[in-house]
Amino acid sequence: MTAQTRQTDAPAPAETAILVEDLHKSFGTLEVLKGVSLSARKGDVVAIIGGSGSGKSTLLRCINFLETPTSGRIVVAGEEIAMRADGSPANRRQIERIRTRLGMVFQAFNLWTHRTLLENVIEVPVYVLKTPRAEAISRARVLLDRVGLADKADTFPAFLSGGQQQRAAIARALAVDPSVMLFDEPTSALDPELVGEVLTVIRDLAAEGRTMLLVTHEMKFAREVANHVVYLFEGQIEEQGPPDQLFGAPKSARLKQFLQTVG
Amino acid sequence: MESLLDTLGLSQSVQLLSLSPPGWGGNLLRGLANSLQIALGAFGFGLLIGLFGAYGKLYGGPILRDLLAIYTTVIRAVPELVLILILYYVGSDLINQAALAMGYGRVEISGVVAGIWVLGIVQGAYSTEVLRGAIQAIPPGQLEAARAFGMPPLMTLRRVTIPAMMSFATPGLANLWLIATKDTALLAIVGFSELTLETRQAAGSTRAYFTFFLAAGALYLIVTLFSGALFARIEKWARRGQPSLKGGTK
Repeated sequence: MTAQTRQTDAPAPAETAILVEDLHKSFGTLEVLKGVSLSARKGDVVAIIGGSGSGKSTLLRCINFLETPTSGRIVVAGEEIAMRADGSPANRRQIERIRTRLGMVFQAFNLWTHRTLLENVIEVPVYVLKTPRAEAISRARVLLDRVGLADKADTFPAFLSGGQQQRAAIARALAVDPSVMLFDEPTSALDPELVGEVLTVIRDLAAEGRTMLLVTHEMKFAREVANHVVYLFEGQIEEQGPPDQLFGAPKSARLKQFLQTVG
Repeated sequence: MESLLDTLGLSQSVQLLSLSPPGWGGNLLRGLANSLQIALGAFGFGLLIGLFGAYGKLYGGPILRDLLAIYTTVIRAVPELVLILILYYVGSDLINQAALAMGYGRVEISGVVAGIWVLGIVQGAYSTEVLRGAIQAIPPGQLEAARAFGMPPLMTLRRVTIPAMMSFATPGLANLWLIATKDTALLAIVGFSELTLETRQAAGSTRAYFTFFLAAGALYLIVTLFSGALFARIEKWARRGQPSLKGGTK
């Protein structure tokens, strides 16, 4: 499913949705990512797992430059993100355009609290992508209905449960019709009884062929929805492969130990 | 009605406060209008300075941050009366020198413009701090979400930062507005005919000090009461997405 492209100078194949090559990221003297390469084709669901501090969230946040990588190469839907020598994006407009193609879902939902769910969902289409308002609203209603929140369209996020907020955040990410969805531990901030409703929505998206990068602690879920799993250890890919192989017959001793601890 | 005022000994005061001459009520109201005009202008100008100042202090380079620190420290350290004297005379002097250098004659500086300029600079220093605190109180995830969805910086300011900080900024800004309305009284010292100077003139001409200063006090009080109601509404609107601290929903 996932091919490692090693030739740096060859253009990324058109069907490659995300290509990350030799990504390094340091916070001061602490090197969090030590040369990570991974790629996802259109329709892939890549789960990124690893212990806390393994760099999995940082990897995800580097892809849309919420964190500035120290070095490396990132290609989104065939377009390489231009980087300066220090890793910062060279072209603000390019990175802003690419970000609208990457629907991000955060651990802490990060809905805009001063706007209703409907306003949250139409915000980016209307103001960033300049979609006509009426069109954005009718699309937003479909999306809210899809995540089971049609009746909450005019409610402010603070009056909803964490699970409802996260489902709304997924609807917000879907509203830009992203080429790739980035999930940063989408269920880690939720009460256990609310995890299921969010996973159901993500499972549906996987089933309809959405390309997704999913940082998660839900091992059972990762095994079920992903077609490729990446295990990060101390900023490097320790092992990767199809879920059955990774969870069923892990080769690395660290991964074995990790899977035992998280159960 | 008239007999009632007579028995209370207030008929003379009513005459003095009548809106048409020989009453001085009209002058007082003109003074109030001038005061409000300046307060509004200074508050708005101060907000503008405050927004730039807060952004500069939070995201600016080291030189800009140092300059802004000097600005807010000096302005907040010096008594406002002194600042008004300095800014007013220095300001008009500089403008006149510039006008002379460019070959124009002396320029007559409008009291309203000078008042707005002077009080605006004072208000800006306080606004900078109020808005800086409010911006910092925004949960960082709100701004990160805007960034993650490709919102350009100015749009983020307009669509996310300003609305999200409003609930944190309103109480401080309400204070600043009330201070602005009363600081206009200090402009009396540079001879600008706002409410306090008009009151002093009316009182001095008629010797009815008590009547006029009480009337002026009442006018300031009315302004404060109206402002309070207005800011309560603004705050309610700004907090629209937040559950009430008293419990219950919406």
